[in-house]
Amino acid sequence: MTKIQTLPAATEAESSKTSKSPRRRESPGNLAFSRNARIKGLIKHAILILVGGIMIYPLLWMVVSSLRPNDLIFREPGLWLNNLEMSNYTDGWSALTHPFGHYMINSAIVVLGSIVGNLISCSMAAYAFARLQFSGKKLFFGIMLLTIMLPFHVVIVPQYILFSQIGWVNTFWPLIVPKLLATDAFFVFLMVQFIRGIPKELDEAARIDGAGHPRIFLRVILPLMVPALATTTIFTFIWTWNDFFGALIYLTDPDMFTVPVALRAFVDSQSATSWGSLFAMSIVSLFPVFLVFLFGQRFLIKGIATTGIK
Amino acid sequence: MSAIGELSTMTRRKGPMTKEEKKANGRDNKAAYVFLLPWLIGLVVITVGPMLMSLYLSFTDYNLLQPPQWVGIDNFVRMFGDARLHNSLRVTFTYVLVGVPLQLAVALVIALVLDKGLRGLPFYRSIFYLPSLLGGSVAVAILWKQIFGTTGLVNQVLAMIGIQGPGWISDPNTALGSIILLHVWTFGSPMIIFLAGLRQIPNMYYEAAEVDGATTLQKFWRITLPMLSPIIFFNLVLQIIGSFQSFTQAFIVSGGNGGPSDSTMFFTLYLYQKGFGQFDMGYASAMAWFLLVIIGVFTAINFIASKYWVFYDD
Repeated sequence: MTKIQTLPAATEAESSKTSKSPRRRESPGNLAFSRNARIKGLIKHAILILVGGIMIYPLLWMVVSSLRPNDLIFREPGLWLNNLEMSNYTDGWSALTHPFGHYMINSAIVVLGSIVGNLISCSMAAYAFARLQFSGKKLFFGIMLLTIMLPFHVVIVPQYILFSQIGWVNTFWPLIVPKLLATDAFFVFLMVQFIRGIPKELDEAARIDGAGHPRIFLRVILPLMVPALATTTIFTFIWTWNDFFGALIYLTDPDMFTVPVALRAFVDSQSATSWGSLFAMSIVSLFPVFLVFLFGQRFLIKGIATTGIK
Repeated sequence: MSAIGELSTMTRRKGPMTKEEKKANGRDNKAAYVFLLPWLIGLVVITVGPMLMSLYLSFTDYNLLQPPQWVGIDNFVRMFGDARLHNSLRVTFTYVLVGVPLQLAVALVIALVLDKGLRGLPFYRSIFYLPSLLGGSVAVAILWKQIFGTTGLVNQVLAMIGIQGPGWISDPNTALGSIILLHVWTFGSPMIIFLAGLRQIPNMYYEAAEVDGATTLQKFWRITLPMLSPIIFFNLVLQIIGSFQSFTQAFIVSGGNGGPSDSTMFFTLYLYQKGFGQFDMGYASAMAWFLLVIIGVFTAINFIASKYWVFYDD
């Protein structure tokens, strides 16, 4: 560390910050801030509110625009509403071959299948990697880590050929079966990390009591890894709900469309004349993701902070 | 520890097996393979099998209807002379080399502002994180298309101060920039990883620096940045790999054709057009392998360069 004498003002500001911070934690209502620290805090909040406002503005504007008549959307950058216009929602809901709810149900089926698949197969693989000794473990673990980084474009063409030859194009199987086979290695890794944090004494005690691996896995490990399972569930939900590429390739029959492909078909069919109903259905499509975000935030933040999943 | 950290320690540690490891070897083989069965099947059927198949197809001419015709390295030679492919590479490289550093810089700055003890931290964190969750969706891409349209939100705001904005999405000079902005907008997820990393830096370092009279800037350069370098590296590797594969935003914003005048023709979009638009599966496979090589090279460069700037505390 260099020992450069700094200007007295700067040193004072820094030292006052350190002397205050522990006291602040003890009594949050304490107003004995120094003026410097308070101004610094105000500037911080101003920056954050400004940046946050810009970040969130487009989304709020989309919500408001979906409640406006079409001709106003192109003239109103503001967020005020004179009167609620619900026709965008009713028009949008029935603009395609099927009511929009049909596509939501399709998406829900794919999402549910993917969640069940990921929970079962990834937790099983993770248990083996975290707790069992077997030949080739290091090699397989390395391969598993590498598959996290493999671009899916390298496998998509043969996968498509494979699934089309067994007649699975325009079914939900190509979107669900890979999850049943633990191909989302991210979650395997996340669960391995989590299981490593569970004390080994617990399974050793169970083994002394005569439990085999299936029993230890089901009765000891699984109940303790609920936070990791919740993170997996939430991220699988959001990713699958938003998945466009897979659905675009495998689902070409309008009956089978999931929400993203249906939205895209909507864009094409409307040729940008009715932004209002397009926005309305976009809001509808984002609503489940937003709900999951609201209720799952704690797990989302923890999951992303520990392993860096998106 | 992160997946990337784990991988780098795995490649670093090459010691012999310990006695315990040798004794333990083979003890749970049967049970382990039962637990691994779904993953193993997936590895063979969904990952490694298709990888080998795609490598084979990259040397063939295949349109799904007739059996693949072996053409040797023709597809790769064709790639050399394919001007649209070169353009798509330029577009993708611009996107990655501008978008990723910009996004990470914003994420780092906001994470630094959101430090410990700040009031309303969970609220701010949520606001900044939300776009990351929604950013990959078709709905947000549709929103972006309107915001940067000729009569879109951005131009409405500009008109209020008397500026006639261009048609951002319809102008080849600004279309890619709009999509890069969408990428920067989703800085929330790397920000949260930075926040977690900042938590890990022991406070005593800062206290010691203060005793020595270090300025805020000095503390940032001498403590925060080196201590955070593994996290920066992790975010960099992940974001680069992810950004090379971007697809949805370009597809929706350009209406699926990479326009205007191919200015948003991402490599993956071109690959999609070749493979699933024209059923030129051999060429698409060759492109996919080329993408894998590019990502591999970038990741390797990252790992090699990391020796000079990433600081491990262990």
